[in-house]
Amino acid sequence: MNVKEMYRRIDGYLDTYGREEKSLITVLQAIQEEYSYLPKEIFPYLAKEMNLHEAQIYGVATFYENFSLEAKGKYVIKVCDGTACHVRKSAPILERLRNELGLSASKITTDDLMFTVQTVACLGACGLAPAMTVNNKVYASMTPEKAMDLLKQLREEA
Amino acid sequence: MLKTRQDLQELRRACQEAFAAQERRILVCTGTGCASSGSLDIYDRLVELMKEKGIACSVELSKDPHGDEIRATKGGCPGFCEFGPLVRIEPQGWLYTKVKLSDCEEIIDETIVNGNPIQRLAYQRDGKIYVEKSAIPFYQKQRRLVLEHCGEIDSDSIEEYLGVGGYSALEKALFDMQPADIVKEIMDSNLRGRGGGGFSAGTKWSQVARQQATPKYIVCNGDEGDPGAFMDRSVMEDDPHRMLEGMIIAGIACGANDGYIYVRAEYPMAVKKLRRAIEQAEALGLLGDDILGSGFSFHMHINRGAGAFVCGEGSALTASIEGKRGMPRVKPPRTVEHGLFDKPTVLNNVETFANVSSIILNGADWYKGIGPEKSPGTKAFALTGNVVNTGLIEVPMGTTLREVIFDIGGGIRGGKKFKAVQIGGPSGGCLTEEHLDLPLDFDSLKKVGAIIGSGGLVVMDEDTCMVEVARFFMHFTQNESCGKCVPCREGTKRMLEILERIVNGEGREGDIELLEELADTITNTALCGLGKTAAGPVVSTLKYFRDEYEAHIFEKRCPAGACQRLKTYVIDPDKCMGCSKCARNCPVEAISGKLKSPFSIDVDKCIRCGVCVQNCAFGAVKEA
Ligand SMILES: Cc1cc2nc3c(=O)[nH]c(=O)nc-3n(C[C@H](O)[C@H](O)[C@H](O)COP(=O)(O)O)c2cc1C
Ligand code: FES
Repeated sequence: MNVKEMYRRIDGYLDTYGREEKSLITVLQAIQEEYSYLPKEIFPYLAKEMNLHEAQIYGVATFYENFSLEAKGKYVIKVCDGTACHVRKSAPILERLRNELGLSASKITTDDLMFTVQTVACLGACGLAPAMTVNNKVYASMTPEKAMDLLKQLREEA
Repeated sequence: MLKTRQDLQELRRACQEAFAAQERRILVCTGTGCASSGSLDIYDRLVELMKEKGIACSVELSKDPHGDEIRATKGGCPGFCEFGPLVRIEPQGWLYTKVKLSDCEEIIDETIVNGNPIQRLAYQRDGKIYVEKSAIPFYQKQRRLVLEHCGEIDSDSIEEYLGVGGYSALEKALFDMQPADIVKEIMDSNLRGRGGGGFSAGTKWSQVARQQATPKYIVCNGDEGDPGAFMDRSVMEDDPHRMLEGMIIAGIACGANDGYIYVRAEYPMAVKKLRRAIEQAEALGLLGDDILGSGFSFHMHINRGAGAFVCGEGSALTASIEGKRGMPRVKPPRTVEHGLFDKPTVLNNVETFANVSSIILNGADWYKGIGPEKSPGTKAFALTGNVVNTGLIEVPMGTTLREVIFDIGGGIRGGKKFKAVQIGGPSGGCLTEEHLDLPLDFDSLKKVGAIIGSGGLVVMDEDTCMVEVARFFMHFTQNESCGKCVPCREGTKRMLEILERIVNGEGREGDIELLEELADTITNTALCGLGKTAAGPVVSTLKYFRDEYEAHIFEKRCPAGACQRLKTYVIDPDKCMGCSKCARNCPVEAISGKLKSPFSIDVDKCIRCGVCVQNCAFGAVKEA
C-alpha cells in the first residue's frame, strides 16, 4: 500500500469532516469505506492530525463492531442473525457457508481474500427472513441451497 | 428558495393540485424487501413498456399535469413484505402481489389500457380473491398514521411530501403558535416515547425548554437496535420529511437550533434518503437560517452508527456523536440537562418525532381519541417470525395480540400451533396463549411484566424451543455488553454459559436457580438499560416454560425437537438401501453396516451433527 497516497486521502477527509474529536468516527468510516478496513498506519497519523492519543483512536476503532483492523475479502457476506431470521432458521445458512469456505467465527476471511463471512444483527428485511447481504446487496428468503448457488455465481463472476 | 409563509403555501398548493390532477398512478414498492426480489427492474420495465406503447407517463410529479397521464412512482414499503414485489394501481386501489417481470406486459395491456383488474395477481386467502388493497384482512384492522405516506409517495421528492400537505405543521408551529403552546400541545396529547421506555415526550420537551444553558440540541434516535424490528427504517426511508418536520418543531418548542440524527450502520439507504431530504429542505429554505423569514434557524446533521447496540441508549448515543466510545454513563445528570456536548438535549425516537406533525395539525384531543387515553396514538410493529403475513403494520394502541397475530398476521404458517411471541426484543420477554387478548399499550403490558419495546413482534410456533430462544437473546446481549459495569459484563457471560450447556444437553441440577439468582443481581445492579433488561427473555421463558428447561436438564430432551445436540438419529431399515453414503460421511464413524443391507447408528458415538440426514438420498435417516 502506498502510505503517502493514503495520508493524502486522509487529509482530504479531515478537511471535509473537521479535525475535532467529534469527527473521529466519521473519518474512520470514510477510511474504512475506501480500504475496506483500517490499516494500522492510520493510527499515529490521525493521532497527530486530530491531536488525540493513539490509544483513544484505537479504543474507538475496536469498540465498534463495524470497524475492522484486518483486510476483508472482495465479497463480504453478512448473514443476518437477528431474531426474525433466527427463528426462520438462518443458522444453517451460516454454517453451510462457513463449511464450504473453511471459515469459522474467528477466521472470517478466506486466505485468497475472496470471501468474508460475518453475521449481522438485523438488516431490516425481517419480513423476508432469513436475509443476507453480499457487499450490501440484500438477498431475502434464503436457504442453505440458495446460498450455495449464490456462492457459485460469485465465484464465476470473480 | 421560499422566503415567506406565503411562498410555502403557494408551492404547496401547486404540488397538491398536481397530485390531485394525476390520479392515475402505478406505484411499485422499492423498499428493501421488494427491491431484493427485483422490484426495481419491474418498475423500469413498466415505464419502458408504457413508452413503447405510446402511453403518456411521467415518473415525477409534473409541473403542468394532464389528466390522462400515468404517474409511475417508486413508492416506499406498504408493509405487506411477504407478498412482494408489490404493484399498486390508483385510483382503483388495486394491489398486485408477487409480481414478476413477465407480468408487466399484462399489467399495462389489461389494467392500464383496458382498465381491468388481473385476478391472478391479487392476494388470495381461503379461496377468496382480494383485488382491492383496502379489503385485504392484513390492512383491515390497521390504522396508519405514522406510516400513512409509506408506499404512497416518492420519498425522494419533497414536492410529493408537499403534495400531501407536508410542512403544514411546521408552518403552523412557526407562525401561529408560541414555543410554549407547542410544548403544551405535545404534553396534552400524552404522546409517549416510541423507543421503548414510553416516557412522556411533552415532559421531556418542557424540561429542555426550561433550561437556561445554550446551545440546546434535538437528537433523533434512529439506531433501531432491536434485531427483528424495522419500523424506524421505514419512516426514515419512506417518509424522511415527516421526521425532519417533527424535529424542527421540537427545535422551535425547546429553543434548539441544531438537530442530530443517529442512524444505524446497517441502514445505508436510510442515510442516503435522509441526506437527500435534508438537501431538499435546505434548498427550499425549510431548513437553515431564518426559515421562511420567521427568524428561527435550524440545522440538521447526520451521524452514522458503527455497529454497537448499546449506542441506542441515550448517553451512549450522545457519546458516539461526540466521537467517543459509545458507553452509557451514570444518571443523573439526565440528558435533558447534560446531554449532547454536555448541553440540554431532547432525545426522542424516530417514530416519536414522526407523530409530532399530525398532533400539531389536528390537536391533542384528536390524538387522545385514538387508543387508550393514557397511552394514545398508534404503534408500528414489525410482525415477523412464523406468521403467515410478515411485514410492517400499524395499529391503534390497545389492539389485542390476537388481532395482530391472527387477523392481521393471518395466523401461524404451515398450520402449526402458536406458542409465544417475543415482544420488546432482547430487553423484552415473551407472551403466550394466555395473553392473546391483552391490549397492546404501555400500561397493560407493564402489568404483566412485559414491555412494548420498540415494536418488534416475533411470532414463534410450536417447533420453537424457548430455552434456545433465551440463549439466542443472551448471546446477543452478552455480545453487545459494552463492558463498563461488572454485573452486565460478567453476569451475561455466566448466564450465557449456563444456557449453552442446557441446550447442549449438559445442564445440571441447580442451573435454573443459578440463572434466577444471576438474573436478579444483574437486573438490580447493572449501570444502564442494557444490563437491567438483559435477563428479561430468560426470566419470562422461565416463568412460562419452566418445564422446557427441566426437560432439557433432567431428561436431556428438547420438547420442541429443536435443539440439535438433544436429537437422536435413527435409520429406518425399510427405507435404507445400504448405499453406505451416510457411513462414509459420518465424521465420527458412528454409522456401520453391510453394503446393500440397512445400516445403523451407534447413539453413543453419534455427535448429532445431522450430516447423515443431509446426505441420505432416500430419506431413511430420521430425527427422533
Ligand atoms: C441498550 C439500549 C438500547 C436502546 N436502543 C434504542 C434504539 O435502538 N432506538 C430507540 O429509539 N431507543 C433505544 N433505547 C431507548 C433510548 O435510551 C431512549 O429512551 C429513547 O431513544 C428515547 O426516545 P423516546 O422517548 O422517544 O422513546 C435504548 C435503550 C437501551 C438501554
Ligand atoms: S432479523 Fe434478519 S433482517 Fe431483521
